[in-house]
Amino acid sequence: MAKPRLSTSYPDERGYFGPYGGRFVAETLMGPIEELERAYRKAQKSRQFRRELEQLLKDYCGRPTPLYHARRLSEELGGAQIYLKREDLLHTGAHKINNALGQALLTRRMGKPRVIAETGAGQHGVATATAAALLGLECVVYMGTEDMERQRLNVYRMRLLGAEVVGVDSGSRTLKDAINEALRDWVTNVETTHYILGSVLGPHPFPAMVRDFHSVIGEEARRQLREQTGRWEPDVAIACVGGGSNSIGLFRAFLDSRKVRLIGVEAGGSGGGLGEHAARFEGGSLGVLQGTRTLVLQDQAGQVAPTASVSAGLDYPAIGPEHVFLYERGRIEFTSADDARAVEAFHRLAHTEGILPALETAHAIAEVLELAPRLGRKQIVLVNLSGRGDKDVESVMAWDRRHGEQAAEDQEDPS
Amino acid sequence: MSPPLLGSKKRTPIASALRRAKKGRRAAFIPYITAGDPHLDATPRLVEALEEAGADIVELGVPFSDPMADGPVNQRAAYRALQAGTTLSGILDQLTARRDRIRVPIVLFTYLNPIVAMGVDEFVERAAHAGVAGVLCVDAPPEEIEHDLVAELRRRGIDPIFLLAPTSSRERIKRVAKLASGFVYYVSRLGITGEQAALAPQLISEVKRLRRRVGVPVAVGFGISTAEQVQAVGEVADGVVVGSALVRVVEEGAEAGLSTAEIAERLGARAAELLSNR
Ligand SMILES: Cc1ncc(COP(=O)(O)O)c(C=O)c1O
Repeated sequence: MAKPRLSTSYPDERGYFGPYGGRFVAETLMGPIEELERAYRKAQKSRQFRRELEQLLKDYCGRPTPLYHARRLSEELGGAQIYLKREDLLHTGAHKINNALGQALLTRRMGKPRVIAETGAGQHGVATATAAALLGLECVVYMGTEDMERQRLNVYRMRLLGAEVVGVDSGSRTLKDAINEALRDWVTNVETTHYILGSVLGPHPFPAMVRDFHSVIGEEARRQLREQTGRWEPDVAIACVGGGSNSIGLFRAFLDSRKVRLIGVEAGGSGGGLGEHAARFEGGSLGVLQGTRTLVLQDQAGQVAPTASVSAGLDYPAIGPEHVFLYERGRIEFTSADDARAVEAFHRLAHTEGILPALETAHAIAEVLELAPRLGRKQIVLVNLSGRGDKDVESVMAWDRRHGEQAAEDQEDPS
Repeated sequence: MSPPLLGSKKRTPIASALRRAKKGRRAAFIPYITAGDPHLDATPRLVEALEEAGADIVELGVPFSDPMADGPVNQRAAYRALQAGTTLSGILDQLTARRDRIRVPIVLFTYLNPIVAMGVDEFVERAAHAGVAGVLCVDAPPEEIEHDLVAELRRRGIDPIFLLAPTSSRERIKRVAKLASGFVYYVSRLGITGEQAALAPQLISEVKRLRRRVGVPVAVGFGISTAEQVQAVGEVADGVVVGSALVRVVEEGAEAGLSTAEIAERLGARAAELLSNR
């Protein structure tokens, strides 16, 4: 028997990636989730569904996104050649629309007139609001009130697109709490509503389905790399990891090629203590949260810990179950970049390449800044540039002001 | 392979309580409060007040940081309890210490994560030691826990309580019927916990149908909050669960700075009022 391929053999029929994943929701949602799984399986096999999605991704969203050789940055760092997969150039400015559009089309097939979504950075909310406008679906987006403040621009974008944005004031008022509220809406309105979950999280089939919709990222990058460099594979692929959708979207095309190093970058936040970061591989433990069995940042009593990150999209205490599985299989390595390194990387990419990355994406760039100089000039680092940074200009401005003042004070008072 | 059943000859405390109610030609009254709300020392006293008011079984909520199946009232209760330092471990210690004084069967109503954090084996061991009669894991459908948590609970004579909902298919109802003991908890409407003005119109017929399909008593909950509703549901169901309407009394008492004795008195009065139409 052939060895199971990491890229296609998981999850099993119960939604497990090894011991991770599954379906941990209240009974009320089990029927609807089983229905969703059937609808998705059918859609996958439908040539008409696939063709419609492909067509929209091309004509409406701008796929394929470019693969761009960042020559100046590569030169400056003096090591590996850096290639950026430009998901930031996709319609709405991030990879999120690959999945939002796929699920919105699925919603229409299921005959439901309403979609809901959670959002952290606002990118998934904007993508869902966009897809809903396009397909004539009613749309409600849940967002933590802290995130609404730091991603104000995206809140208004969603409203312009006709979505209702509902602020969530419970818990840490961030992504996790928005998911709780979306789940509550879903369980109440499940007969009319599909929940477009925005990352590879939640109960089966979401982690597999969201991954499938994003797999196009790595498939394209592989072909483009071949065209531009003659090679099918990079030496290293790097992506930031919130729930894990942009990273698995890029990595999946390389999972079975053991020679490609895959590096996921988590949010190191402001420090190493529980509550100061969102690096699940640095302090997380086995748990069950929001529908899936995975690694969770939590206290000893099983209460989920608060998280912190300058980027709203990475600020979440759990991670997609497949990522934990692939980590334990030795296939994906994880590291983290803290807030300061991410903001520095944001500036660096802006200056050297004329690209403002999303603060989430800046975490991946921070790892590139570390790693590339240590590699040879013939080596290739492929980075998922998952989103653009317009939404973060205010946050970076505030950060710079705060830290600029800090630096000035430190200079005046060298005690 | 059927699990060895401690309770196969001896009736479980929950089964006995439901049988007593049935003999009295009434539905069992199953109030819910959150353990540790407003603090853990108050909990035994509040349980006692519910028992005195006529509770046949008491559901004790284990507070969780992310109560995704709960409405605002229970969310706030969980928050107060966690602020007061309540943990699953602390709740089990408390129940163990009061084991002789609490006669009413206790069902722990919990999310799965605190149990995973403690470890399934340790949890079941300690729950048995504390005299817990049943465990309901709101975010764990039977297929996810039947081989570990459910099997362990049954081995120790604790009833695993399952939810069924208007969205449960025939196959799912069958699956639950096979595993259930004690009672099955029928969720009276789509949605989360919390009071509601009117019962779902099909509720009565759905409950009647369900009772024929599952071999154990059927309790109904989620949203039941008035004496009229308790009475109406009690006509067809084996048990009636009331949560948020009682949790609200604890909340109001805590916010007014009342003593535990005063909150207990109001809670008991509210419970009695809910039973007044019966
Ligand atoms: C641009 C961008 N990158 C990355 C993420 C993180 O999510 P994921 O790990 O699912 O890709 C987000 C989430 O909001 C995002 O907006």
